[in-house]
Formats: sequence, C-alpha cells, structure tokens
Amino acid sequence: MGLDVNSIRKDFPILEKKIYGKQLVYLDNAATTQKPSCVVEKICEGYYSCNANIHRGVHFLSQHATEAHEAARENVRAFINAPSNKEIIFTRGTTEAINLVASSFGDSQCEEGDEIIVSQMEHHSNIVPWQLLRSRKGIVLKVIPFDENGELQLEKLDSLITNRTKLISVTHVSNTLATINPVKEIIKKAHEHNIPVLVDGAQSIPHLKVDVQDLDADFFVFSGHKVYGPTGIGVLYGKEKWLELIPPYQGGGEMIQKVTFEKTTFNELPFKFEAGTPDYIGSTALSTALDYVTALGMDNIAQHESELLEYAREQMAKIEGMRFIGNVSHRGGLVSFLVGDIHPYDMGSILDKLGIAVRTGHHCAEPVMQAFGIEGTVRASFALYNTKEEIDILVAGIERARKMFHH
Amino acid sequence: MTINEKQDEIISEFEFLEDWLDKYQQIIDKSQSGEKMPEEEKIPENLIEGCQSKVWVTAQYKDGLVYYHGESNTDIAGGIVVMLVEILSGHTPEEILDSELYFIDRIGLKEHLSPTRSNGMLAMIKQMRLYAMALKAKENEK
Repeated sequence: MGLDVNSIRKDFPILEKKIYGKQLVYLDNAATTQKPSCVVEKICEGYYSCNANIHRGVHFLSQHATEAHEAARENVRAFINAPSNKEIIFTRGTTEAINLVASSFGDSQCEEGDEIIVSQMEHHSNIVPWQLLRSRKGIVLKVIPFDENGELQLEKLDSLITNRTKLISVTHVSNTLATINPVKEIIKKAHEHNIPVLVDGAQSIPHLKVDVQDLDADFFVFSGHKVYGPTGIGVLYGKEKWLELIPPYQGGGEMIQKVTFEKTTFNELPFKFEAGTPDYIGSTALSTALDYVTALGMDNIAQHESELLEYAREQMAKIEGMRFIGNVSHRGGLVSFLVGDIHPYDMGSILDKLGIAVRTGHHCAEPVMQAFGIEGTVRASFALYNTKEEIDILVAGIERARKMFHH
Repeated sequence: MTINEKQDEIISEFEFLEDWLDKYQQIIDKSQSGEKMPEEEKIPENLIEGCQSKVWVTAQYKDGLVYYHGESNTDIAGGIVVMLVEILSGHTPEEILDSELYFIDRIGLKEHLSPTRSNGMLAMIKQMRLYAMALKAKENEK
C-alpha cells in the first residue's frame, strides 16, 4: 500500500507557505524535515498541560511528565528494536551523541597510538569529535576511502584494522552522496576483531527501518529533527555492556545517586548519561513523530522516497550539463548535483527565488568535496510529503537557472 | 560622475525590473561581462571569504584617486562586487569613506547586507573602505 501524499501534506501546514509569491517546494529534508501538526500540538500540549520537572517529583504533574518521558524512551527503544530501555540515552542530537561516545568511550578506552576508523564520507560531526580525542589522547584517526561512484572500498578495511583499533565509526547513509553503506557487513567484520562500531543514523532514520539488534551495532545515534520530530532532541543507543563500562559524560543533577563533597556515586543507566533536566517536552514530541511515521509504515516511506529519487534522477539527467555527485545504486533519498560550471551558490540562489528550498555548499562533509575536487554541490533531498510535481518544478527551475547563467 | 550619480544610474537600471529573477539576471550579466582580474591577483591576501562564495578585491592609487578591481567565483556575488567597483573606482579616499551606499537598499538587495549572508556584501564594502583608508594614510606619510 502506497502513501496518500495528498492527505499527508495536509498534516504539514508549512507546505502551504508562499515564498516570494511562489508555492514553497521544500527539498532540504536531509538538513531538517518539516513537522506534522501532531508533533507541534504535542509540544504545545506538553507546555500547556503537563509541564513539570521530571523524576523525583512527588506531585501529580511531575509524575505525569516523568511517565510521558519514560514512555517516549520505550517508544524509541521499540522503534529501533533495542533490547532494553536502559540503552536509550536522550541527547541534543546526533552531534552530541557522537561527542558523548568520543569523550566517554574515547577517553576511558583509548591510549596514545590507539586507532579509530571513520570513513571518507563522514559528516564533520563524525570527524571533529575524533580529532579532538586525537588532541587529548594522541590516538590515530584512519579513514576508509570511497571510490569514484561514492561506494566505500570495504576491501581496504581489512588492512586498516590492527590490534590497536578501538572503534569504527561510520555513517549509515551519506548526507552528500546518498550512499547506503553496508554497515551490517562492517559490523560483522569489526566484531571478528572484537572492535565495537558506532553507526551515525542521522540520514538513515527517516528513510529506512532500523533494527539495531539485526545490525548488531554497538552504538547507533540519530537526531529527532530529521525524522519529523523537534530540534534539540536526539538519541544515543548503546549496548548495555559499553554504557556500563564507560564513565559519565557530563556531571550534574539527574545523573547522580548520592553526592557528598568526598565522593559521588552515579545513577544507573540510562540516567547516568543524562545530566541536568532532560528535554522531556522534546522526547515526548519525538515519540509522537515516531508514531506518525510508524503509522504510515517505514517501508511505504522508503518506497515512496525511492520512487521520487528515481524520477528525479531520470528527469534531471535530461538537463544539459547535469553532473551527479555520487552514483551508487543502493541510495537514500537525496541527489547531489552540479550543472556545467554554475556555482552551487548561484544555482541555489535562483532556485530560492523560485520558491524551491535546496541546500548548497559542502554539506559539512568537506573531505567528500575534496575527493571530487569541487567546492560544493546543490543537494535536493526528499521526504514522505514530496511529490513528482515538485520534482517537475525543481527540474524546470534548474533549466531556468541554467539559461540565466548562459549555459 | 560622482559616487551618487553612479548609484542613481544603477538604480535606474533596476527600477523597472519588478521580478526577482530579472534583477538577478541583471546582476549575473554584470558579473559575466565584468572585467576579469588577472589570475595572479586571485591570492589569499586579496580574498574576502564568504561561507560559499569567494570574492577577490584589489585597489590601486593613482593621482590621488582609488581604482578597484574585483571578481568572484560566483556570479551573484560577482555582480555585486562589479557594481561596487564601478561606483567607488576613480574617487578620492575621502569621497569613498564619506559615501553612503544607498543603491543596495533601493535595488532591493538589502537582504545581502545581513552579516550572516553568505556572499558577505558587508565584508566587501568594509574591505574596500579599508583599502581607501590605508591608501590615504600612506599618502599622508609622504
């Protein structure tokens, strides 16, 4: 059963918006998705009728808010099929989740000369935390390269793994090339050497059904705002054995069991990693977003987005001077491109004036740009509410821009 | 022509362009027909780096007047720098420093003046004024 996109679009009032007098065509979903009314209403309801600081409050509202926050945790657990609630840590987003692991796992498990492996197609948020760890601990950062199509050269992984490798941290889906990486295979290979793997799920969570047990991921991280939830809330899933082993990330309230000036004992999982007042409004709204996509069916969403992608590539390929960056067959719902020698910033500015929102630039993945010898790309990324008509508008917009730049 | 006369001339070119795309077309054409800078001048010392576009500006001082050259790797920032060069070139440092660049607002490019705007028009203007100031100081030393 496919998606009834016309009725889905009614759930997203922002899609009705006019930009410079033109109908908005929102194709910047890989940066953030729009929010359905139910998510926005959940945020309002949270503040209007069940706002109280959670945990340890004896009063009704506090208990009510605590139950909602913990129910959200359970919902996240079910969504990614994690074994236990203890393994679901709420963070501010993917970036904070990776920083948490780089700090807590990195500082406690790595010595000078130990190695962390990432891939060449990582977002900066899966590069810079490891570089900071390198400055603190003197670790070595190694990189799995990709080929000219944007496919990871997995055969090189064997030679990168040594007995000093402490962790492999890779993206599930590239935010620039759209490559869906064979993370299950990478994890299997890593586990043969007893190396844990962190999977950056920022781009996969809105597009694919994720099962952390099937993947056997040691850590899986994602942001709520990329899966129709609010900004400022994200998730770190970690296997209990790792989360028990590594020390807390930040200190403060919530994460302690007992504090004296001589000694502090830490709270149990998952609270050990959630210092300070959690974003319980965000967590419950994220839970609503997950219910929303679950009701539509992740398989239907994936199917709809691949149809859009296929149609977009087919139509865009007809444009003179069109060059796709990333040409893998197994791909997520986005397309990175350049037309002739039109600078992506110029292309994006004209599309903007036509009401079309795309992203331009290096997409926080400068090493990918360096590999292709380009400064940036234009990226159109699709979501469950996009239509073929919108792709037609995009294609006509690119054509129009091409002519404006005299190409 | 004075700086203001040149600004008025540019305003009159844009006046009848109501559609955004027509305005952008005008800017793109200015960039593409603008005088190109010699490659050897496109060096980091002359670069005003925005987030997504690069703009190079140089300044020469001749007979008490400042002459600018500017180019960008994008056509939109490029068109803007071509207009700035056109307006400010051939004037004394005092005239440049005292000038009020009202054409930007009048041709509807005010949004490009935001400090977070990635083509950094504000940074271009600031750099061009700094050149004028430096050339004036150098002249006074003599």
